[in-house]
Amino acid sequence: MTVGLEHFLILSAILFSIGLYGALAKRNAVVILMSIEIMLNAVNIAMVAFSRYGHLITGQVFAIFIMVVAAAEAAVGLAIIIAIYRSRETVDVEKFDLMKW
Amino acid sequence: MEIAFWILAVISVASALAVVFLRNIFRAALFLVLCFFTIAGIYVVLHADFLAAAQVLIYVGAIAVLIIFAIMLTRETPRGSPSGRFRLIAFLVGATFLVAMILVVTGTDWQVITEAPTEPTTSPLAQALFSREEGFVLPFEIAAALLLAAVIGAIALVREK
Amino acid sequence: MPSGVPLAIFLLPFFSFIVISFIIRPFLNSKPQLSGYITTASIGTSLILSLWVLAEVSSAPGHVLSMPDYEWLAIGDTVIRFGVTVDALAAIMLIVVTSVSLLVQVYSQGYMHGDPGYSRYFAFMSLFTAFMLGLVLADNLVSLYVFWEGVGLCSYLLIGFWFHRPAAARAATKAFLVTRIGDFGFLAAILFLYSKTGTFDIGELHHLALAGAIGGTVLTWAAIGIFSGAIGKSAQFPLHTWLPDAMEGPTPVSALIHAATMVAAGIYLVARMFPVFASSLTAVTTVAAIGGFTAIFAATMALVMNDIKRVLAYSTISQLGYMMLGLGVVGIGVANDAIPLEVGLGLGVAVGIFHLFNHAFFKSLLFLGAGSVNHATGTFDIREMGGLRKVMPWTYITFLIGSLSIVGIWPLAGFWSKEGILDHAWDHQTALFFLAMITVFMTAFYMFRVVFLTFAGEYRGSNAGHSGASAHAPSLRESPLVMVAPMGILAILAVISGWLPVSSFLGGESESFFGALAHPIAWVSMVLAALGILLAYALYSAKWLSSESLRRRFAPLHTLFSRKYWIDELYERVIVVRVLVDGIFVLLNWFDTRIVDGIVNGIAGGTIVAGKGIRRLQTGQLQAYGIAIFVGVLAIVACFLIFG
Repeated sequence: MTVGLEHFLILSAILFSIGLYGALAKRNAVVILMSIEIMLNAVNIAMVAFSRYGHLITGQVFAIFIMVVAAAEAAVGLAIIIAIYRSRETVDVEKFDLMKW
Repeated sequence: MEIAFWILAVISVASALAVVFLRNIFRAALFLVLCFFTIAGIYVVLHADFLAAAQVLIYVGAIAVLIIFAIMLTRETPRGSPSGRFRLIAFLVGATFLVAMILVVTGTDWQVITEAPTEPTTSPLAQALFSREEGFVLPFEIAAALLLAAVIGAIALVREK
Repeated sequence: MPSGVPLAIFLLPFFSFIVISFIIRPFLNSKPQLSGYITTASIGTSLILSLWVLAEVSSAPGHVLSMPDYEWLAIGDTVIRFGVTVDALAAIMLIVVTSVSLLVQVYSQGYMHGDPGYSRYFAFMSLFTAFMLGLVLADNLVSLYVFWEGVGLCSYLLIGFWFHRPAAARAATKAFLVTRIGDFGFLAAILFLYSKTGTFDIGELHHLALAGAIGGTVLTWAAIGIFSGAIGKSAQFPLHTWLPDAMEGPTPVSALIHAATMVAAGIYLVARMFPVFASSLTAVTTVAAIGGFTAIFAATMALVMNDIKRVLAYSTISQLGYMMLGLGVVGIGVANDAIPLEVGLGLGVAVGIFHLFNHAFFKSLLFLGAGSVNHATGTFDIREMGGLRKVMPWTYITFLIGSLSIVGIWPLAGFWSKEGILDHAWDHQTALFFLAMITVFMTAFYMFRVVFLTFAGEYRGSNAGHSGASAHAPSLRESPLVMVAPMGILAILAVISGWLPVSSFLGGESESFFGALAHPIAWVSMVLAALGILLAYALYSAKWLSSESLRRRFAPLHTLFSRKYWIDELYERVIVVRVLVDGIFVLLNWFDTRIVDGIVNGIAGGTIVAGKGIRRLQTGQLQAYGIAIFVGVLAIVACFLIFG
C-alpha cells in the first residue's frame, strides 16, 4: 500500500485527537497550551498534504498563516498563564473558576 | 520515502502521546520538541521544503523555548502534569472524534492529482503570497499587525506592576 | 377671502398663549398687565376676522365656503385630513365665542387685578379660546375630538385656577372626571362610526346618514354616543353635577366657560352632527327628552339656592336643556316626516343655536353682574346682600336686563329664541312642551328672587353675625369702568341679539318684530313669566307672603331641591364608594394582584428557578466548555454522516 493523502490525513487526525485529549484532560495550563500546539500542527499537516496532493500552493500559504497565529497565541497564552500564576500561585485550571456565574 | 513516512509518523504519534501522558512536565516539553521535529520531517516528505525550515525555526526554535521558559517561570514542575476530573469524558470525546475523522477520511473519494510536486517551493510560495492578483498581501500585512499586537499584549500582561 | 383667515382666527389666541407662557411669564413677570393686553388684542383681532368670515359666508351661495384641507396623518390606507369648515353655523359660533371672550377678557383685567396668577390666568384663557375656536372650525371628528378634550383640559385648569383652595381643586377634578364619562361615549361613537363608514369627515358622514347608507341601529347608537359627549360637556342630566361645583373658579371664567362657550360645545356638537341625529327617531327623542327633563330638573334646584353663582349655574343647565329640547323636537319633526328634510336640517340648527347665541350674551352678562356684586360685597350669598341698587346702579340695570332677557320678555333677546323652542315643542312633543312651560315660570321666579334679594331692600351684609365682620366689611361701591363697560355692551347685546337675523341665516324662520306677539304661546309664556316675577316680588320684596312659612309648608320639596335630589350623594356614596371602591376596584385589585402580577411574577419566578438550575452548567471550568464545544462538533458530524 503506497502512502497517499489518506495516510497523512489520518496521521493528522490522530495527532489532533491526542492534542484534543490533552487540552481537555490536563490540569496544568502549560501542558494544555502544548496540547493546543500539537492540534495546530496536526492541522498544518493536513493543509500541507492537501497542498501536495491537490497541487495547489495555497495550502502552504494557509499553513504559514496558521504558524503566525500559533506563534501569537503561544506568546499571549503563556503571558496570561504567567500573569495568572503571579496572582494565584497556581496554573491548575480546575482552580480557575472566575468565569462562574 | 514510504519508510521515512512510517518512521516519522510513529515517532510523532508516540512523542505526542508522551507529551500528553507523561507526568513530568519538563520531559513532556522535550517530547513536544521531538514531535515538532518529526512534523518538520513530514513536511520534507510532502516536498514542502520552505515549511519544513519554517517549522524548525518557529516551533522548535521559538515556541519550544517560550514553553520551557513558561515552565521555568511557573515553577510547577514538582506537581507534574496530573490529569483532571474530565479525563474519562475527554478521552471519550477524543476517541469519538478520531473515529469520526477516520470515517470521513476513508469514506471520501479524494480527487488526487498525481503530478510531480514542484520543488523548491520558496519561489512559488512568494508568488502566491505577494502576487498582485489573487495574492495574500493584505492578510500578510494583517498578520504582521497581529504579531505586533500579540507582542505588545504579552508584554503588557507580564509586566510587573 | 384668503384661506388662511379661519386658521388665523384659531391661531391668534393660541400664539397669545405661547407668548404669555414662554416669554411674558418667564422674563417679564414684573409686567403681568402685558398678558391681559396681548390676550385682549389677539381675541379682538380674531373677532374682527370672524366678522369678516361672517360677511363672506353670508354672501356665499348656500352659506358655505369651501376651504382647502391638508393631509394630517396617514396610517396605512387610512388618511386623516385636517381642514376647516366655514358655514353659517361655524360663523355664528365664531362670533359668539370671540365676542363673549373679548368682553370677558376686558372685564377680567379689572376683576383679576393684582392676582398673583394674573399671567397664568390669561394664558389659560387664551388657550381655552383657541381650543374652542378650533373646535368650532374642525371639519372632521378626530380634530374636533382633539379640541374637545383641549377645551376640557382648559376648563380643568381654569376651574382649579385657585388650586390652593381645596374646594376649587376638588371641583376641577370633578369637572374633568364627570365630563370624561361622556367623552368616553363620544370617542366610542367616533370609532364606531369610523369602523362602519371608514371616514372621519363630518360632511361625508352627513351625506352617508342622509342617504341612508348607515344602518338604523348603527346610526342610533352612534348618535347616542355622540350625545353622551354632549351631555357631559353641556352638563345635562345625569352628568350635570360638575357645573354648579365649577363655580369655584374665578367669576369671569364662569361667565366664559360655563355660560357662553364650553358648555355650548355640547350643543354645538349636536347641531354640527344634526343630520346624523335627525336620521334616527330614537336619537332625537333621547335628545329632546333629556333636554326637556334637564330644563325643569335644574330649574327646581335653582329655586332654592342661596349662592348667586349657583343659581346662575343651575339656570345655565336649565337653558342648555332648552337648547337640547329645541334641537330634539325639530329632529323629532324631521324624523317623523312632519317637517321636510331640506327645511328641517337648517331649522333644527337654527332653533337650538339661536337660543345658544342669545343665551351666551345674557348669561355672561348675568355672570359678570354676579362677579361685580361679589367684587363689591366679597360674598356670593344672596342672603347677605340687599339694597345694592342704590350703590351699584349700573350693575343693577344690566343685571335686570339680563334677567328679563333670560325670562323671555318681549322684545328682549331671550324671548325670540325661547318662543321658537316652545313653538316646535308644541308641534312635535306636547308632553315636553308642558314641562318647558312650567320651567318658564320657575325661571322667572328664581331669577327675580335673586334680583330682589340682591338689589332691593336694605343691605344685610354688615349684620352677618360674626364679630369684627363690619371692620373688614367691603366698601360698597360700583365696580371700575373696565368691568362695567363690558357689562354695558353685553346688556345692549342681551336686548338686541334676538333682533339679528341669526335664525334665518342659519336656515330657520324669523318672526317680524310685532308679528311674534300674535302667537298665543308667546302670551301664555309671558303671562307665566309675569306670574313668576310677581310671586318673587310678593315673597322677597313686598313681603306679602312669608318665604319662611312657604318653605315650611313645602319642607320635603325644599329639602329635596336644596339637597340637589341627593344626586351628588348618590354618585359619591353609592356609585363611587359602593360600586367602584368596594366592588369593581376590589375586583380589579384582585385581578391585578393575582392575575396580572401573578403572570409577571410567575414568569420571573420561573426564570429564576430555571436560572438556578441552568447556572450549574456554568462551572467556570474552561475544559468543560471545551468538551461542550467538541460534543457539538461531533453532533454536527453525526448529522452529516446520518442525514448527509
